[in-house]
Amino acid sequence: MYRAIQTLLVAFCLLVSCLATGLRAQEDIRPLVDALGASGFPQKIEAVKALAASGDAKVAEILQNLSDGKLYAPKTGGPVYLEGPAGGAYVDVLTGAPAADVPGNLARIRLNNGLRGAIGAALSQLTLISPDRTARLTASQDLLKDADPDNLGLLNSALALEKDAEVKAIMEAARAVILLKTDASANDKKAAIDTIAARGNRDALTILTAAMENAPEDLKPAIQTNIDAINRSLAVWDVVQNVWYGLSLGSVLLLAAIGLAITFGVMGIINMAHGEMVMLGAYTTYVVQQTVASVAPGMTDYSLAFSVPAAFLFTGLVGVGIERSVIRFLYGRPLETLLATWGISLILQQAIRTIFGPTNRQVDNPGWMSGAFEVGGLAITYNRMWIIVFSLGVFVALLLLLKRSKFGLQMRAVTQNRRMASSMGIRTPWVDALTFGLGSGIAGMAGVALSQIDNVSPNLGQNYIIDSFMVVVFGGVGNLWGTLVGALTLGIANKFLEPYAGAVLGKILILIFIILFIQRRPRGLFALKGRAVEQ
Amino acid sequence: MITQMLFRRHEKKTLWAAFLILTAALIVPLASLLVPEGNAFHVPGYLVPLLGKYLCYALLALALDLVWGYCGILSLGHGAFFALGGYAMGMYLMRQIGDRGVYANPLLPDFMVFLNWSELPWYWHGFDHFAFAALMVLLVPGLLAFVFGWFAFRSRVTGVYLSIITQAMTYALLLAFFRNEMGFGGNNGLTDFKEILGFNVQAGGTRAALFAATAIALALALMLSSAIVRSKYGKVLVGVRDAESRTRFLGYRVENMKLFIFTVSAMMAGVAGALYVPQVGIINPGEFAPANSIEVVIWTAVGGRGTLIGPIIGAILVNFGKSIFTAAFPEFWLFALGALFVATTLFLPKGVVGTVQQFLARRNEQRQADAVEQAYRDMTAAKAESQLATLEPQAAE
Repeated sequence: MYRAIQTLLVAFCLLVSCLATGLRAQEDIRPLVDALGASGFPQKIEAVKALAASGDAKVAEILQNLSDGKLYAPKTGGPVYLEGPAGGAYVDVLTGAPAADVPGNLARIRLNNGLRGAIGAALSQLTLISPDRTARLTASQDLLKDADPDNLGLLNSALALEKDAEVKAIMEAARAVILLKTDASANDKKAAIDTIAARGNRDALTILTAAMENAPEDLKPAIQTNIDAINRSLAVWDVVQNVWYGLSLGSVLLLAAIGLAITFGVMGIINMAHGEMVMLGAYTTYVVQQTVASVAPGMTDYSLAFSVPAAFLFTGLVGVGIERSVIRFLYGRPLETLLATWGISLILQQAIRTIFGPTNRQVDNPGWMSGAFEVGGLAITYNRMWIIVFSLGVFVALLLLLKRSKFGLQMRAVTQNRRMASSMGIRTPWVDALTFGLGSGIAGMAGVALSQIDNVSPNLGQNYIIDSFMVVVFGGVGNLWGTLVGALTLGIANKFLEPYAGAVLGKILILIFIILFIQRRPRGLFALKGRAVEQ
Repeated sequence: MITQMLFRRHEKKTLWAAFLILTAALIVPLASLLVPEGNAFHVPGYLVPLLGKYLCYALLALALDLVWGYCGILSLGHGAFFALGGYAMGMYLMRQIGDRGVYANPLLPDFMVFLNWSELPWYWHGFDHFAFAALMVLLVPGLLAFVFGWFAFRSRVTGVYLSIITQAMTYALLLAFFRNEMGFGGNNGLTDFKEILGFNVQAGGTRAALFAATAIALALALMLSSAIVRSKYGKVLVGVRDAESRTRFLGYRVENMKLFIFTVSAMMAGVAGALYVPQVGIINPGEFAPANSIEVVIWTAVGGRGTLIGPIIGAILVNFGKSIFTAAFPEFWLFALGALFVATTLFLPKGVVGTVQQFLARRNEQRQADAVEQAYRDMTAAKAESQLATLEPQAAE
């Protein structure tokens, strides 16, 4: 595996340097290559060192071939040839073209341990000082994992040349690990221990625990304090990580539940088709992505920017349509809206299944949403981070809409006292329709976000509907802050339970907790006070 | 005493329905076993368990109707009680397999051998006795309903909140039963049954007997429900449905009344599940799915909640439709079911039976009104006549 990666990297370097310098005359190193065919091992070692010193881009590949036993030369010394692909005719070492005038007395160039060591050192050196940063990074990380005292000299020379801080840090750590294995002075070892401990991650912990076994007595306390310190910081990072994962799950729950909180809180409608609105939003994302890919292929990374308003408008319109055609006849009968919207959810699911088929649809992550970065001991993936940002953005926007706009004022008025609002000239039917449309539209936007982290299938909504209800009921109906607190609490509690109870049992425990919680506070965490409750 | 209660004070309609069901309990097995194949009246063997399944669903719908139609508790978790009853029966049937399983372990069901379990979990003990299993069919759902209801009704969780937490309950059970560690066969559930009470589950005679048992259970449940509904307690129950606070202020212990009917209903659902499992031949966690429980609600709604015959008719109608639809146009079944949900709530809020009853009642009223009017007319005519009669002599004078 290591070899394969190395070869790949070497090939990559080759490409880069070719592009950079133009096709340099390859013939420069031919005499050096041919020297590999010399009969004595000391001469061969010399030749390998000379090749490595030449710094030519081809060298790594040639050395790799040599170490794999693919190079041939006449027994008496002379030009070197490369074994053809699949044992075919010999080819030229440098160009790879079929070689002409091949002498008859070719034999495989033999290796001994000394020569192998020289090749290995040369290869490591080549990658450690390679001009490509990624190659150096990988090589030094490999060295850190598999620290061989033989490479100490190499590492020292590479360290002297290294400019990049990250690569340098890894190299220093590797050097420290190697130092611990050698019989360096106590002071050097102490410094080495500090260098490793400074990394503070699990790898450092393993290295130190391993070093603990055969460390000299006077070093053991130092190692032990460092191990304890790392353990403490790891425990803290574990908590931070759980909180982060919990926030991530909570933000997904928040997105899925916030639209429900509006329809449920303002209109008292149990919208069982809410999950399907999320699903429609995800499919809108898919359709927009396909359209953008076919109309303007250069814009695919930004198709999400079109998906969000498209999903909001489309699902919002579907929501208004549902409200006008079905729900408005059922006001005051919440249990029956539950049944009717469940029926609508079945129809929508089957419609999507008929149109797009029952299988998952592929929605690609744009470039700026894939990958991850590290903060301390915490790996943060970009898509999770953007979803947290997005859901908080949606939350704030909604809060502003409710508190600062005329429509929000009317909506709150209708929530508090429908008949009085109506008497003051508010068209309550329109407020109802728009509110339902708003709730559905937000569900559609949640679908855009979920399409980035979940499978886009007709069943997408079903997976979120019960959780969303739990969030709304837990947080308290008719209160957006309750939904926010509910979603984040449930998300974080879920992630903290998972390591102890497992994912499924954790979820069951959460459900039981909510069932018991509802018994204590039948109206949720943040209950509406006043007469509105008595309706 | 129970028999007395069962036969006393029933509406004629209910008695007729029970009689019809009992006739079916007799006719279907006979038509399946005695009438030769090819005869127009022969009921093919595959149809018997299918019909039995419909009756189990009808029993489940009746159980739901008791709490929803008469007490206003919309439970979205009745599928859980049904499935628990089914699992209790399934555990008995698993123990009956004995050493005829794939791994031929005389004590452990196959899936436990597969999971490398060495001994039977404690909660599986006793299920080799039919009587114990039958008791558990009633007790387990009843106990769950009692505990759940005790907490829920005491803290006055009502309306949609109750619906949502019942849904959460069945969802939690769904997740729990999917776990292999629970010891109920995980994802695959319990299946490959061989015998019930020593009779081969697959045999025509056993199937016919199971059908008859289901029909009898349904008829008994119908009589029991009718007795409950028509008692004084039943009348107060309707009061709880329509005006809970008012009933409470009148001095009734609303939570106890709800708890009683909820528990009885859960036990009935458990019986339905227990009869369902040997006829279908499998019980798996899918029965806990919230969607199943909601489907039961629609059967009840279609038939007519708040009537006892309604849910039975609704369950049979919808499931019959489902069998036809899923065979003929599999893609359209969900469209049809969804449309049924919407149409029932919009246009038939009282369900088929309720609407017919309303129509009949209105016609009756009309007739009575007509009769009154007629009587009035007759009276005025008679009066006029008598006045005429009194006038005539005057005229004659």
